[in-house]
Amino acid sequence: MKARLALFALAAAVAGAAQAEIVVGVSLGITGPGASLGVHYRNAYQLMPKTLGGEPVRYIILDDASDPTNAAKNARKLISEDKADVLMGSNGVPSAVQMAQAAAEAKIPMVVLTPANVSGNVLHWSFIVPQTTELMMGAIAGEMKKKGIKTVGYIGYTDTWGDLVYKATESHAAAAGFKIVTNERYARADTSVTGQILKIMAANPDAVVVGGSGTGGALPHVALVERGYKKPIYHNHGTVNAEFIKVGGKNVAGAVAVTGPLVVPEELPDSHPTKKVSLDFTQRYEKAFGAGTRNAFAGYAYDGMLLLDAAVPAALKKAKPGTPEFREALRASLESVKNVVGTHGIYNMDPKTHNGLDERARVVVQVENGAWHYMK
Amino acid sequence: MTFDIVLWLAQDGITNGAIYALLALALLLVFSVTRVIFVPQGEFISYAALSLALLQAGQVPGVVYVLVGGGLIAAALDLAKAFRSRVWSKIPLVLAAYVAFPCAMAALAWWAAPLKLDLVWQVLIVLGLVVPLGPIVWRIAFQPLANASVLVLFIAAIAAHYVLQGLGLVFFGGEGLRSAAFSDARFALGVIQASAQSLLVIGASIAVMIVLWLFFGRSIYGKALRATAINRVGARLVGIRTELAGTLSFFLAAAIGTLSGILIGPITTIYYDTGFLIGLKGFVGAILGGMASFPLAVAGSIFLGLLEAYASFFSSAFKETIVFLVIIPPLIWLSLRSRHVEEEEEE
Repeated sequence: MKARLALFALAAAVAGAAQAEIVVGVSLGITGPGASLGVHYRNAYQLMPKTLGGEPVRYIILDDASDPTNAAKNARKLISEDKADVLMGSNGVPSAVQMAQAAAEAKIPMVVLTPANVSGNVLHWSFIVPQTTELMMGAIAGEMKKKGIKTVGYIGYTDTWGDLVYKATESHAAAAGFKIVTNERYARADTSVTGQILKIMAANPDAVVVGGSGTGGALPHVALVERGYKKPIYHNHGTVNAEFIKVGGKNVAGAVAVTGPLVVPEELPDSHPTKKVSLDFTQRYEKAFGAGTRNAFAGYAYDGMLLLDAAVPAALKKAKPGTPEFREALRASLESVKNVVGTHGIYNMDPKTHNGLDERARVVVQVENGAWHYMK
Repeated sequence: MTFDIVLWLAQDGITNGAIYALLALALLLVFSVTRVIFVPQGEFISYAALSLALLQAGQVPGVVYVLVGGGLIAAALDLAKAFRSRVWSKIPLVLAAYVAFPCAMAALAWWAAPLKLDLVWQVLIVLGLVVPLGPIVWRIAFQPLANASVLVLFIAAIAAHYVLQGLGLVFFGGEGLRSAAFSDARFALGVIQASAQSLLVIGASIAVMIVLWLFFGRSIYGKALRATAINRVGARLVGIRTELAGTLSFFLAAAIGTLSGILIGPITTIYYDTGFLIGLKGFVGAILGGMASFPLAVAGSIFLGLLEAYASFFSSAFKETIVFLVIIPPLIWLSLRSRHVEEEEEE
């Protein structure tokens, strides 16, 4: 009995101490279809410092199994039970949107780790870390313009991601002077894309843009090469990782993609504004999780932390963590952060779009000798 | 759409259809003998394809833990049963099948992985690692409730599917793998080229079908399985051990699933959860065949493969919609035709 009382006392003491810290509620798809990305996001949290803007911080990480319904449930749990001051997540766009809605209802700022499209009151509370798909595909459109490409075949996922990449590519079509001639769809788990590839081959475009992600991007690329397609094949930023090359083998040599600078920090010119931060993070990440594990996704989680780190001091001046006033102050402060150097780029939060990245946050890379390399 | 596109798509459709046909046969076999709708069938595809890819990369596939762990649980269940009934005669066999063999296979995989043996040996090791999981899954998940209703067995099958898929994620990771092609050769076949890989898939499927046909037509075990499928009580009355029938049918289903995984591994990228969708299409193939006839299930699966190939050409965004839509008419027909047999529930 005495021991139990002592435990209670200890728990009360811990709870008392815990009130002084900032609670960051995180929900990620660590299992389920999005697991290959979610694991990278989660890994990043092991590299986070113990403080945010000088204040102790506690990260509570829940798994939403890549299911938007679970993500919404997790968000509500983090808000009501764990009294989170700010939410972060998730690695799937639909999951992140669900979390952002829950956060806006509860008037809690939300750091969105995927290029999700939200508006109105939800956007008022949400801050989107990653580059917009339009920004990224703009770099691909620029590459295609340089090569004088006039017709483009598109093949992408049957899901939101496939739509997003298609729309982003299309938005640059007029300016870059090309026309999209096919809009084919496939699923990550498909055993064959022969039908789609034959249709693209029949249209015979000057280049093909693939709207897949990770190893899923390799299936159409390999099928195109096997059918004798010799023209350039472009990928989006969801595709850039080491596994893509492992799966694609020699067939994906020459694949061009756009990504954040932290994938190839060693090869960046010294003048590149994020080189130091990107290189430092990549080295720490590979030290912790093994050589060749670098990826863009862990960087989004880390940059989300850097944004909070920059925004917290101003909010702390107005209120204490754990209060509604602090959450409102943090939101206002996040809206006005300037020149935060992250692993992906320089963040200057735009109060209208709540996304702070510009052209400095993208680099074009190419597969050469079995690895992604910076394309000058 | 030119004639050679028609042929290309046909080749693609028949290759996929052959895989679906194998899985449809396995599902039908398990269902008719044990009344289990074997949802985890697809997991054997993923396990086999990923294990082969890892062995080719010189790594020990994590499936060894699943095999040894599962074997130990199955052996513990049998030992507990022996302890309760005081019948000790089966213990050596149980230990050999559920403990000694999995441990030996795990040790073999451990030893063989860094050596990067020839493909034939790697395929044999994968078969030895993944196929025993079939009987183990039967022993752990289904044998204790072998007499339950179809619905209860179906729920158990879904549970087994989630457990195996979760273990797949733990041991293989979230990213996909592709194993090296058995052969890069291509043969000119009129206006199109047939890849050796797809000919191998079709050839192996036909071989498996012939073996199954001989097994069920000629061997005593095959006849015992058929008897169990037709009438469980009657089969038991004439001395067929229905428990053995369960083990045997799960063994065959796992063997077919593993073989499918090995065949399909070099054709596409396999993820820990890919097998489920492939298995589901095998299931659709079996339903197209009325869920009763083996030849019709094969025909249904080939039809499904072709439908999928042409759908992906004409309207790739709606491919899955079209593929899964075709099961609705046979389902309506099946449910209109069947009288709801209540006595089955009581058994």
